[in-house]
Amino acid sequence: MTQTQTAVTHPTQEREGPITAFLRATEIDARMLGMFGALILIWVGFHVYGMIFNGNGAFLTYRNLWNLSVQTASIAVMATGMVLIIVTRHIDLSVGSVLGVTAMITGAAQVWIFPKVLGLGLGHPLIWILAVIVALVVATAIGAFQGMLVAYLEIPSFIVTLGGMLVWRGAAWWVTRGETISPVDPNFALIGGGPYGSIGATASWIVAVVVCVLVVLSLSSSRKQRKRFGFPLRPVWAEVFIGVVASGLVLGAAYVANNYPWPLGIVKQYAAAHNLTIPEGGLFIGHGFAIPVLIAGAVLIVMTFIANRTRFGRYVFAIGGNPEAAELAGINTKRMTVMVFALMGTLVGISAVIASARLNSATADLGKIDELYVIAAAVIGGTSLAGGSGTIWGAVLGALVMQSLQSGMVLIGFEASMQQMVVGGVLVIAVWLDTVYRRRIK
Amino acid sequence: MNANIGNPHNGATPLVEMRDISIAFGGIKAVDHASVDLFPGEVVGLLGHNGAGKSTLIKILSGAYPRDAGQILINGEEAQIGNPRDAKAYGIETIYQTLALADNVDAAANLFLGRELLTGWGTLDDAAMEAEARKVMGRLNPNFRRFKEPVKALSGGQRQSVAIARAILFNARILIMDEPTAALGPHETAQVGELIKELKKDGIGIFLISHDIHDVFDLADRVAVMKNGQVVGYAKTTEVTKDEVLGMIILGKCPPNAIRGPGAID
Repeated sequence: MTQTQTAVTHPTQEREGPITAFLRATEIDARMLGMFGALILIWVGFHVYGMIFNGNGAFLTYRNLWNLSVQTASIAVMATGMVLIIVTRHIDLSVGSVLGVTAMITGAAQVWIFPKVLGLGLGHPLIWILAVIVALVVATAIGAFQGMLVAYLEIPSFIVTLGGMLVWRGAAWWVTRGETISPVDPNFALIGGGPYGSIGATASWIVAVVVCVLVVLSLSSSRKQRKRFGFPLRPVWAEVFIGVVASGLVLGAAYVANNYPWPLGIVKQYAAAHNLTIPEGGLFIGHGFAIPVLIAGAVLIVMTFIANRTRFGRYVFAIGGNPEAAELAGINTKRMTVMVFALMGTLVGISAVIASARLNSATADLGKIDELYVIAAAVIGGTSLAGGSGTIWGAVLGALVMQSLQSGMVLIGFEASMQQMVVGGVLVIAVWLDTVYRRRIK
Repeated sequence: MNANIGNPHNGATPLVEMRDISIAFGGIKAVDHASVDLFPGEVVGLLGHNGAGKSTLIKILSGAYPRDAGQILINGEEAQIGNPRDAKAYGIETIYQTLALADNVDAAANLFLGRELLTGWGTLDDAAMEAEARKVMGRLNPNFRRFKEPVKALSGGQRQSVAIARAILFNARILIMDEPTAALGPHETAQVGELIKELKKDGIGIFLISHDIHDVFDLADRVAVMKNGQVVGYAKTTEVTKDEVLGMIILGKCPPNAIRGPGAID
C-alpha cells in the first residue's frame, strides 16, 4: 500500500504554478474551464453590446436565460447521443430529418389516430403517454435500421445517414402530404415548456436540492471506493470545492428560473380558473424549471452514467480508440454499432417530442438542419472527429454555447444571414482552438 | 502430417493440436496445410520470414481469422473457435504484435476489456479493476505508476507490459506471444524471459513467434519453421544449431535432426 501512496507525489509538483496545481488537485480539465469562460464571455458580451448600442442589455435577464434553457433542450438531448456516434468513428447526418418524420407520425397519431380510431376523448391522459411511446419506438427503430446498414452491410455511416437525411425528410412530408398538424394534444404540449409546462418555484427548489444531495453522495462514494483500495485521493478542499461549485450552479439555475414570472395574461387566466383575486401589486408566479429542461437534465445524467459506468459505454470508447483491438478483445463491434445508432434514435425521439410540443404543431420542416447544430455542439464540446474521445457534459455545454450565440444575435438584432455566418465561423474557430490545445498538452 | 513426432511427450495428449490448417486471402494461400502442436509447460517457437504465415496461423488459433480448412484440438477434443471470445473460453490468450490496446482508455480498462468486473448494481467496478491491475502490473513492471492515463501516453515498454498483463490476468492455459519483446529494451526483454520460464513452470503452453532466433533458442523447447505458408520442419532446440534453423528459414532446407514438413525442399 505504501507503494501506491507514493504515486501521489509527482516529481514536477514543486515547480508547477498555482493554476496547474489547482487543476491537478481538482482534476478539472482545462478545456472545461475554457468552455465555461467562452460561455460567460458570450453572455456578458451580448449583454454589454445590447446596453451600449440598443440602450438595453437584454441577454442577462431571467426571462432570456429561461428561454435559452428551453431553446437548448432539444439540441442538447441529441448532442449527447451524437457524442457516442462520433466517438465510435461514425457520423449521423439524418437526426434532423428523423426528428421531422417522428414528429409528424407522433402528431398524426395523437390528433387523428388515438382520438378517432381508439376513441380516446380530447385531452385523455393516455394520449400523451401513447404519443411519447410512438415517438420513441419510431425513432429508435429508424436509428437501429440505419445502424444495421452501417454494421452488417458495411456501408459508411456518412452515406447511410446522408441518404437517410433525404429519405426521412421526404417521408415526413408523405405522412400528411405536407399538411401541418396543429394544435397537438394539450397534455403533450406541456412537454415543450411554457408557463404551464414548467414545474413552479417550490418544485424547482426541491429538484435543485435533490440534485445537490446526489452530487455530494456521488463525490463521497467515489472517495470511499478509492480509500477502500488505498488509491491516491483528491485533497479534501478540492472535493469540497467541486461540490460547492456544482451545487451553486444548480441552485443558481433554480433561482433564475424561479425569478422569471408568468406573463400577466396567463396569471389572469390562472387566477380566474382558480378563483384567486389578484392583489394590488400583481401576482408573482415564477416559472421554475421548464419540463423540457428537466428532460434534458435527466438525459445528461443518464447518458453520463451510460458512458462512464456501464460496459456499453466502456465498449463505445474502446471501439473508438482501436476498433480492431476491441474486436480482438471479444467485443461484438457490429452489435455495438447497431446499439449506438438505436440509442441515437431514441434521443432523437425525445427531441422530436420536445420540439413538436414546444411548437404546438408538427410540420414536415421540423428539425431542418438540426443535424448540423447537433454535430457542431458535440464538436465544440470537445468530441474528436477522429473518434475515441468526447464527453457528454461537453456536448451539452456546446449546445448551450451554440444556442447562446444564436439567441444573442437575435436579441441584438443581427440579420439572419449574419447569424449563419457567425455560427459557421465560430464552429471552425472552436475546432481550431481545440486542435491547438490538444497539440500543446501532448 | 503427424506433427508430434519427435516431441518429448510421445503418447501424451497435446494441449493444442492444429491439424492441416489452411487459409487463403484472395487466392493467396497464406497458410497451406500447416500443422503444429503444443504440450503443457512447453514453449514452441514459430519461426519464418515476414509473410511466412506464422502470424496468420496463430490468429486462426486466437479466433481472429476463420480457417478455410483443418481442425483445432484442445486436450484432444475438437474445438470450435469462430471468434476471439470462443478462444478465450478455451483459455487461449494472445499478445498481438500490434498489442491490440484501446489507446484512449487506461491500463485497467484495457486489462479487463470485454471481461469487466461489475458491482452488485451491474455497473463497472473501476476501483476493483484498478486494484487488480496494480497487482498484476506490480509483478510485471514494478515501476509502473500511470494508472490514470490513457495507454497511448505510455512508453512502448509500458504498453507492452499492459498487453502481457492482460494475457496472464485470466489464468490462461495457452499463451500466444507474437513478437512479445519487439518494443522492449534489453532489461525488459530479460524480464519477459523470466516471466516465460515462470509460466512454463505453471504448466502453461506457449507459442512464441519471433524474428529473433537467439531469443527463440533461449526460451523455446521446440521450433516449427514456416515458409510460404507451409511448415518446413520441426526440431528440438537442443538437437539443431542456429545455422541449421537459419537454413530452414531462408532456404526451406530441412537438416537431418529435424522432422520434415510439407514445405521442405531438398
